[in-house]
Parts: sequence; C-alpha cells; structure tokens
Amino acid sequence: MDSVKDRIETDIKSNDVVLYMKGTPVFPQCGFSSAVVQVLTHMGVKFKGINVLEDPEIRNGIKEYANWPTIPQLYVKGEFVGGCDIVREMYQSGELAEMLQTKGVDVKLA
Amino acid sequence: MENRPVAQAMRRKLEAALAPLVLEIDDDSAKHAGHVGARAGGESHFNMRIVSAAFAGKSRVDRQRLVHGILAEELAGPVHALALSLRAPAES
Repeated sequence: MDSVKDRIETDIKSNDVVLYMKGTPVFPQCGFSSAVVQVLTHMGVKFKGINVLEDPEIRNGIKEYANWPTIPQLYVKGEFVGGCDIVREMYQSGELAEMLQTKGVDVKLA
Repeated sequence: MENRPVAQAMRRKLEAALAPLVLEIDDDSAKHAGHVGARAGGESHFNMRIVSAAFAGKSRVDRQRLVHGILAEELAGPVHALALSLRAPAES
C-alpha cells in the first residue's frame, strides 16, 4: 500500500488542484465527476484529473487515503476538500472561490 | 418502502444514530440504469436530505464522514452512490 500512498502524495503535492474522478476532464464517465469538472471549468481553475477507472490501485487507495468511500475527490494544495456534494455546496455559497483564492489558486469567474 | 430493504435498513440506522428532524431518502437508481454500479433491483444510487442536531458545529467533511460511518455496511455493499445534503437545525 505504501507505494500507492506515495503516488497519491506526489500527485496532490505537485499539483495545486487535483481531481480523482471516473473518466477524464474531457470525457467524464460519471455524473458526479462530471459535475465537479463543470464547476472547476466554470471557475477557470486549472486542475489535474486522475482517472481512477484506469487504475484500480489508485481507485481503492484514494478511498483509504482520505477515509472517504466515494469518487470524485477534490484536493487543493495537498488537502482533501470533499466530493461532489461538498464541492457543489461550496461553489454555490462562494466558499470554494474564497478557499481557492486564499490558498493562492487562480480563479477566473466568468 | 416494503420492497426497499436497503433503504429501510439505512433509515433505521440513521434514525437510531442521528435522531433526525428531517430524513428524506430518495432512490435515484432508475436514473443510473445501465451505468456501472447500477443493480438490477435498484437501490444502488441514493439521494438523502438529513437535518439533525448531530451535525451542529461539524464541518461538511465531518458530517459526511459521520453518515458514511453509520452506513458503512451499505456503502461496502449495494450502495454505489450517495448524494448527501446535511444540515443542522439552525441552518435549515
């Protein structure tokens, strides 16, 4: 398991915003993953999408890593933010933009 | 609800653990039919709205983790997706 954990930590620490998702940002294969991609895209946030469907080790590893049973999972500056419900609620209340800006991530609200 | 063993079991567990003021459980499985994780009998995709004093003072992540813990057995089994709206009484 250590190598999976190392891979996750490398990804979330070397990219400001990482989304573990089903499918890719261009072709999401799950409605919940797609919803988070749409929020981030709408906010003009650059992110790295990691397709868990291509990697069963990461798919299981990320659930253990965050102690969170579902995909998608959003990480900002190495910290777990939440899944689809939380991202959507934080986007609607304006907290997501505020949190990203506080952490020094570029947000370009259309 | 009679033919909804998963939803019934989840309702019992949530009522016992959270004493919710509001507990709405919708089975969204039909919307996901044919998609990965959907099961023939439905009861794979749920949408819940819960209002409980147990959520007061807790972060969004901690609220969801609390519910995930109560429903660990279902999440490890038939339940593929769970959309949650979790509020404390003062917020609803």
